[in-house]
Amino acid sequence: MGAHFWLIQIFNGISYGALLFLVGSGLSLIFGVMRIVNLAHGSFFLLGGYIALSVIAATGSWELSIPAAALGVAILGVGLERVFLRRVGFDVLRQVLLTAGFAFLFQQAALDIWGGDFMNITPPAALTRSVVVGGLYLPLYRVFMIALAAAIGLLLWLVLERTRLGAAIRATVDDAEMARGVGIDTQRISVVVFALGAFLAGLGGVIGGAFLGVYPGLDFEILPIAFAVVIIGGMGSLGGAAVGALVVGLANNLGQALFPALAYFTLYAPMALLLAVKPTGLFGRE
Amino acid sequence: MNSGRRVAVAATAILAFAILAHFANSFTILLLTRALAFAILAMSVDLLLGFTGLASLGQAAYLGIGAYLTAILATRFGFGLGWDFWLVIVLAILAGAALAALFGLLALRTSGVYFLMVTLALGQCVWGLAYRWDWLTGGDNGINMPGRPKFGISFASDHVYFYLVLGFFALSLLLLYVLVRSPFGKSLEGIREREARMRILGYNAWLHKYIAFVIAGGLGGLAGVLWVHANGEVSPDDLVLTTSVDALLMVVLGGAGTLVGAVFGAGIVFFVRDYLSTLVPWWQYVLGGVYVLTILYLPGGLTGIPQRLRRVGLSSSKAQKREGAADAPLGKQVSPSIRREL
Repeated sequence: MGAHFWLIQIFNGISYGALLFLVGSGLSLIFGVMRIVNLAHGSFFLLGGYIALSVIAATGSWELSIPAAALGVAILGVGLERVFLRRVGFDVLRQVLLTAGFAFLFQQAALDIWGGDFMNITPPAALTRSVVVGGLYLPLYRVFMIALAAAIGLLLWLVLERTRLGAAIRATVDDAEMARGVGIDTQRISVVVFALGAFLAGLGGVIGGAFLGVYPGLDFEILPIAFAVVIIGGMGSLGGAAVGALVVGLANNLGQALFPALAYFTLYAPMALLLAVKPTGLFGRE
Repeated sequence: MNSGRRVAVAATAILAFAILAHFANSFTILLLTRALAFAILAMSVDLLLGFTGLASLGQAAYLGIGAYLTAILATRFGFGLGWDFWLVIVLAILAGAALAALFGLLALRTSGVYFLMVTLALGQCVWGLAYRWDWLTGGDNGINMPGRPKFGISFASDHVYFYLVLGFFALSLLLLYVLVRSPFGKSLEGIREREARMRILGYNAWLHKYIAFVIAGGLGGLAGVLWVHANGEVSPDDLVLTTSVDALLMVVLGGAGTLVGAVFGAGIVFFVRDYLSTLVPWWQYVLGGVYVLTILYLPGGLTGIPQRLRRVGLSSSKAQKREGAADAPLGKQVSPSIRREL
């Protein structure tokens, strides 16, 4: 196994991390603002992939399917937050279980609408080629994933750090009660963040659909991995989500290559240890 | 109801169940067996959630270690298929307890939502090993059992095996009932309600929670043995996150902090999943719908219904003061501790 092999592994790990960033950043924001452990986040990811498939089947446009799926899932998220989650208030356990109940409902709905077959989202031909960098053949689609995640990350950072809305969101993450006290409408912030989180998960579902596929059960496969991203980075922190996504993406790829028998163990054991030692994650604030 | 009457009612119900089960067809009997084995896991979750205030999202790990231990001993060493079955029961309980003793050291450093997350991660560790450690666990395919144990009588028949599982179930229920009514159980409830106050009173809150966690792990190991023999196989699918979520939801569905609620919850879920699913393709809407409606409208679960009804019967002014029971926290006692931690 030469340097070539490792470079490819690292590249793959980073591109997988890029996808995980899309799923994890939304989950992290939702947790940070609303203290909700959203077990339906994997469903958002899966539904994003399915909606994109339907849009592609109807219009033939992959480009159109990305915003359509992300917006569709965001609307679903708003509905879930407004109609149901708000009713159970700040009770953590009820929130968690309610999102779990919806995850089951979404699972069945997806099965009814799109069937149980393994499906794949085909990106445009331009993205299916490879580029050669320093003797390495890099699939262009993975390069695209990294670029997209970087762009989204930058955009999120600008919104969070440079706008009034972002300041309100950060204030709510730090101390929701104080934020309410200074006149921030935290209910509105909650729905915005939940919609944003769902949007990012739906987006991840479309992008990941060409890479992981779209199939029943993907929702609960991606969910714990997204949690690993959030935990390692620290809940409610954008930079944390980026680092967490990179760590998990790399650990996953290198783990699979180095110790296939322990592939998932090497992912979740550090997560558990980190939680026990520093529950707020590497970058979370106390 | 006083404790004597409760035990009498439960014993009568189990006896009636045992007699009725004799006439059940082979499909129903297997369904009941699976539900009872899983109910042991659900009751262990209730010990943590309902009595100690710890919401665990990783309880499938203990079911898994019991099931895999049984399967590996049986397939590799031909062990546990005769009288040594009882040794396997002991070993699986010890293995579940040992795993919980290890995991508890990590999990109990946290509380509230972080406890949920750390138990989720630990559960995923065990799932990951089962899924990828091929030479030990058979990987994705899992392990097929060579058959059920035979000592004195053969348990190959689903009907005969049912009674074995029913026996273990009744024993677990009794043990947990005695436990939660003991001074130790009362201390657990005290910790659930006001941990800081219990500490000031001189109770070692951590040790109490740790012991409850280890006992729950041991029960999970027992459930695993019964589970793998009921199904004749074990695979990573038995250990996925949704198994742990199911166990938690069953407890809440039946009513946390009641023990029997967990049993009702398990019964309903297995009825929908194993029976209704053979009749209608949309069974999962029923399951998801039941979960969602319970959480929204029945915070005390099914066993909380009589209490709700009594409350409705009170004068309306009193009812209004309570500000809509649907907004009361789950299982009335579970969440204050969790909420307070946040």
